[in-house]
Amino acid sequence: MNARSIVIVLALVITACSTQGTPSGGAAATDQGSGFVFASTQFTPTTEQEAMRTKILAGYKGAPVDFITDAEGVILDRITAEAKAGGAGKVGLIGLENGQFGSLISGLQDLGSTMDKYKGIPADFVGLGKLGTATQYYVPWMQATYFLAVNKKALPYLPSGADVNALTYDQLITWGKNITDKTGKRMIGLPAGNNSLLHRLLQGYFYPSYTGGLVTTYKSADAETMWGAIKELWKYTNPQSTTYAFMQEPLQSEEVWIGFDHAARLINVLKAKPDDFVAVPAPAGPKGRYFMTVLVGLAIPKTTANQAGAAALIDYLLQPSTQIATLRENSFFPVVKVDIPGDLNPGLKLEADAVAKQAGAKDAKPVPLPVGLGAKGGDLNKAMVDTFQRIVVKGEDIRTVLNEQAALVQKAITDAGATCWGPDGSSTGPCQVK
Amino acid sequence: MTTGRMSVRWRDDALPLALLGPAVLYLLLLIVLPMVQALVLAFQGDDGTFTLEHLRRMTGDVAFRDAIRNTLVLLILIVPAQIVLALVMALLVHSRIRGHEWFLYVYAIPLAISDLAAGILWLSVFTQNGYLNTVLQALGIIKEPIVYLSYENIAMVIGAIVIAESWRATALVLVILVAGLQLIPRDYFEAADLFGASRLRRTVHVVIPLLRPSLQSALIIRTIFAFTTFAAVFALAGRNLPVVAGEAYNWSVVARDPHVAAAYALVLLALAGAMTMVYLRVLGTSETQRAR
Repeated sequence: MNARSIVIVLALVITACSTQGTPSGGAAATDQGSGFVFASTQFTPTTEQEAMRTKILAGYKGAPVDFITDAEGVILDRITAEAKAGGAGKVGLIGLENGQFGSLISGLQDLGSTMDKYKGIPADFVGLGKLGTATQYYVPWMQATYFLAVNKKALPYLPSGADVNALTYDQLITWGKNITDKTGKRMIGLPAGNNSLLHRLLQGYFYPSYTGGLVTTYKSADAETMWGAIKELWKYTNPQSTTYAFMQEPLQSEEVWIGFDHAARLINVLKAKPDDFVAVPAPAGPKGRYFMTVLVGLAIPKTTANQAGAAALIDYLLQPSTQIATLRENSFFPVVKVDIPGDLNPGLKLEADAVAKQAGAKDAKPVPLPVGLGAKGGDLNKAMVDTFQRIVVKGEDIRTVLNEQAALVQKAITDAGATCWGPDGSSTGPCQVK
Repeated sequence: MTTGRMSVRWRDDALPLALLGPAVLYLLLLIVLPMVQALVLAFQGDDGTFTLEHLRRMTGDVAFRDAIRNTLVLLILIVPAQIVLALVMALLVHSRIRGHEWFLYVYAIPLAISDLAAGILWLSVFTQNGYLNTVLQALGIIKEPIVYLSYENIAMVIGAIVIAESWRATALVLVILVAGLQLIPRDYFEAADLFGASRLRRTVHVVIPLLRPSLQSALIIRTIFAFTTFAAVFALAGRNLPVVAGEAYNWSVVARDPHVAAAYALVLLALAGAMTMVYLRVLGTSETQRAR
């Protein structure tokens, strides 16, 4: 856990107490219906919250909107509580990651009839919004991904023949080894602390790139090879990694030179030192260059007090100008067709280039966030992070740990009744570990 | 008996009850009710029947043993150190040496800081490129920064947490002890002086025995707080050092399983309850002693 994310937690406690009755949307000239709450798990850092309230939402002229954001658990609890209480709730619009909608399905409206309005959203994204059903539960809002941020000081140590824009995991390991051999320091950084997104790196990057799957291949021979490789990588990884939540701080203080994390958790260092850093695609494994597309969507709860207001806010957030404002202020990328402006912040430009290179690589294979797990998503994440903790940090036997943890992975999947998704292909019943 | 008398008697009986009412209501609503709910959560399956499944998940979890061990280790390291420190500080405050009135204010400053903020503050001291390494490097004592918060050196991580926690919460104990010191009648000190007792003898034979009730309260409060130590550990150790309160948080907020979180909360309750009993037995100040 790093300082910044704790500050965020603190700030959240304060804002949670003070957001009541401070509408952040533009003042309505005419009566636009009652004000409502826009609850989201995104934009939790205070600066992003501020940008959302004062800049991104500034042009919205509908009913007063109170934007609140918090950790997934807190937001989901609030929405679920309102749904249970019945009647008209305060929350009028919800903005969550694809994987976070699962437990809310029964309380969400069908937005299918509105989808025609939004042009240029990729069909894959629209499909994800159905959450494995025939109903359009959410409208895609914005997207992000993970990649490597690299301090230029690390470039001289690149293994010979390696292209920094098309690395393999083996080359990344050799790169780390070269740096350690020559400088005596471990300069690779992985976010492996509390509140980190390590589980996403395992689910969307390491596992599919090495095994071509996630659940089905959880304890396969390929998985054994992969954990061996991660252990090797760990030798050249800063041992403080188990305290890192966001990679941007250790990159900025030069505790590490190479950091692997979510775009929004790297942007500050890229904005602060665009000349000192490069952003490059995630490495490729034996099965390809798998990367995770984080899709964030908008949904309207059935308990909303202002139906028209919530729909109008979705319209506003999907306008190209708002999508670009969202990119500029909070570094999430558009889902509708927009022309990326030329005067983008240099740090954002680095990110935009890395995202384009990653998606455009010839061995690129996108993976969605886990689908259909709902509330059991936490169990899957925990099972994966515990596997990492046991094998990599504590040095337990790979085969034993995989057999034991695979049972927990299977339990989470079976309890949720989730069919296979993404790299695992499809299945009729719950996805099975083989 | 006349009706007048009866109503007076009734009022005499009712007054204490009425005065107790708000406190009892508060305890019932905010302490007893959640405790019962936690108990139900920990033992109730999805279908509403009794189950030990959640307890099994807790005890079978990777972090369970470590969490219990770490919590106890922190307790053993933090509580005695703080009690001794606080006692010395309290005696200093009470000693009326020059500037003594300032000590209390200075010592109490960390009390005003939230434990999470204190954790962040100490993180900025102990992190690899933090204040401590920067100062040591500037003084030429070390050449390369030392990694204090590494999973490879848990002793150092624990040391950092003990320092952070001592800095933050010693003042809590101090305030209780200072209040206790002020309750001791001056006559005892004068009597000791009259018999020519040295300052040390006076402290050992007069002050500390008379301070026992305060020490007991301080120990109980501090121990319960040590069981729930969480924010400083969260900030300084990340995933390196699971503690019981932190696991309850992780299960509730990250893994979103309130049942296992409630099971962890019960473990905390049991541990804190057991320790409180031990203190009450060992340091037991009976009513008769207090009356004396």
